Amino acid sequence: MGGGGKGLWPLAPSPKMIITMKKVVLKAGRAEASPPPLRLVPRAGGQARVSARGDTAFRWLTFACSMFVPLVMLAIGVDLISSSLPALKKFGLGFLFSEDWNPVTQSFGAASSVFGTLVSTLIAMAIAVPLSLAIALFLVELAPPRLSRTAGTMIELLAAIPSIIYGMWGLFVFAPFMANYVQPLLGQTLSFLPLFQGPPLGIGILTAGIILAFMVLPFISAIARDVFQLVPNVVKESAFGLGATTWEVTYKVTIPYGLIGIIGAVFLGLGRALGETMAVTFVIGNAHRISASLFAPGNTIASTLANEFSEATEPLYISSLVALGLVLYLITYLVQVVSQMMLRRMYRAWSVGL
Amino acid sequence: MKRRPPTGRRAMNVVVSLWAAGSALVGIAILFWIIFVVLTRGLGALNLSFFTQLPTPPGVLGGGLINAIAGTLVLTLTATLVAVPLGLLAGVYLAEFSEDSRAADFSRFSANVLMGMPSIIVGVFAYTLVVVPLGNFSGYAGALALAILMLPVITRTTEDMLRLVPNTLRESALALGAPRWRVTLAIVFRAAKAGLITGVLLAVARVSGETAPLLFTALNSPYWFHSLGEPTPNLTVTIFNYAMSPYPDWQQKAWGASLLITAGVLMITLLARFALREKKL
Repeated sequence: MGGGGKGLWPLAPSPKMIITMKKVVLKAGRAEASPPPLRLVPRAGGQARVSARGDTAFRWLTFACSMFVPLVMLAIGVDLISSSLPALKKFGLGFLFSEDWNPVTQSFGAASSVFGTLVSTLIAMAIAVPLSLAIALFLVELAPPRLSRTAGTMIELLAAIPSIIYGMWGLFVFAPFMANYVQPLLGQTLSFLPLFQGPPLGIGILTAGIILAFMVLPFISAIARDVFQLVPNVVKESAFGLGATTWEVTYKVTIPYGLIGIIGAVFLGLGRALGETMAVTFVIGNAHRISASLFAPGNTIASTLANEFSEATEPLYISSLVALGLVLYLITYLVQVVSQMMLRRMYRAWSVGL
Repeated sequence: MKRRPPTGRRAMNVVVSLWAAGSALVGIAILFWIIFVVLTRGLGALNLSFFTQLPTPPGVLGGGLINAIAGTLVLTLTATLVAVPLGLLAGVYLAEFSEDSRAADFSRFSANVLMGMPSIIVGVFAYTLVVVPLGNFSGYAGALALAILMLPVITRTTEDMLRLVPNTLRESALALGAPRWRVTLAIVFRAAKAGLITGVLLAVARVSGETAPLLFTALNSPYWFHSLGEPTPNLTVTIFNYAMSPYPDWQQKAWGASLLITAGVLMITLLARFALREKKL
């Protein structure tokens, strides 16, 4: 029932791989598919009693360790709430809707950061979802096995590159590229939209969103790949047998069949994009401002924290920053819960969870 | 047999196939673009003094990042030493003893959520937990944040890997009279060795490139650190500070550090995959 490591980290062994490994191991061990879990029955006699006591201690030790993770998760929530109380008391719900962010006058509001977070994430998802589904389709249905394995590994390696490296590349290479080529083009062709007006600075919400798209792409495509792979071949073959093309099979059979998993994958990517910090901090321009243009600099919750936390000294300033963190914690927590529920349902329904 | 003209459908299929191949190409191109940029810009910064000398003040050419390299290694190692035993034992409970109890389910769920939690939030947590009470930025806070990020990765991979070990192996050991804890530590762990190493390596790869949780915990420093009780220099925050500085010399150092981090992380990641494939498949 584990749900597979792959749902969380593109580089972790995928359920498919785990199934293959399980088969290999099981064949080698000549074991039953899944025998009931063992319990140690203590026997009479001194030796057995000692070992039973040791086992009880070991069991409790491991139990305590396994409770550490939920404890940390809850502690983070409690800690964020208690540390942000001063700011929440002072500003109330208005904190969420005020665009004001001024350390000098000690007036803080989350609106511009929340706005930037949502818009950059929206751009990222708009690009990353079609792209990563197409990549999964290519890897599973179109590419020959060898090419699929190599290309798949390379896509997964995108998830291994640290955020700050995306930031360096984004700031020094991709932002100038955007300013020189992409933004002037968009500005010329789509200038009737307020979204694409303003000077092509390179640095801004649009660039941040595009880089975010590249960063979450491996996360979504890794699960989408599982989804496509785990649809039973009989189902796909029946459709092929009726004369359907690869696209028709994907669109009318595979995607509806694995919809829950794909939604889970999208939410997982969403959670990643919402909280991504360093790359965004490098390229978004860090301005506490809400602008209609995507070319304009802005900020996100994470980038505000990254930029200002270590310099903040006044208690109210720090408390407001933690309150921003609390908002991010709540949003990502919700998104994570949805994605876990979806993925769990999928992996359980297909009984590949271990 | 007469065929209906399938031109529209077939054309659609071709379009989608091209789109799919193109998307894969875009993803791979981005990977190589980034690696190429980091290589070409970073190689120029790497020289002997980069690895052997302390940073110089702004405007003074030369110097190196020996303190930040050492700091990153020490922080990662400390976090690993904390997270690995905890994560392994937690994974043991989930795989061997939990019998899918409610508590185990909650632990699993929390690990999954924690894995997706933005790392900067974990940084804020370490800040309020360690930096505020102690009154100064410290390497301990940074190592704690990194350990929290590693813990769920190790826990989940350990559980998955232990579940792959066939029960007959456990039964044989138990039949010989070995207590359960010995069965786990001496037999099951050995059988799952490659998988466990993979989990640890993935976790190390994940945190060694992390910046956000260190920004306001370990902070950074241009000097040697004598203990983790003080602000601890590290490569990733150095990259951030140097890249944002107006000095070309510092920016070049940032590229050198980027190359070092990227090469390290990619190598650990590939090693982890290799370890798994070698043993099991």
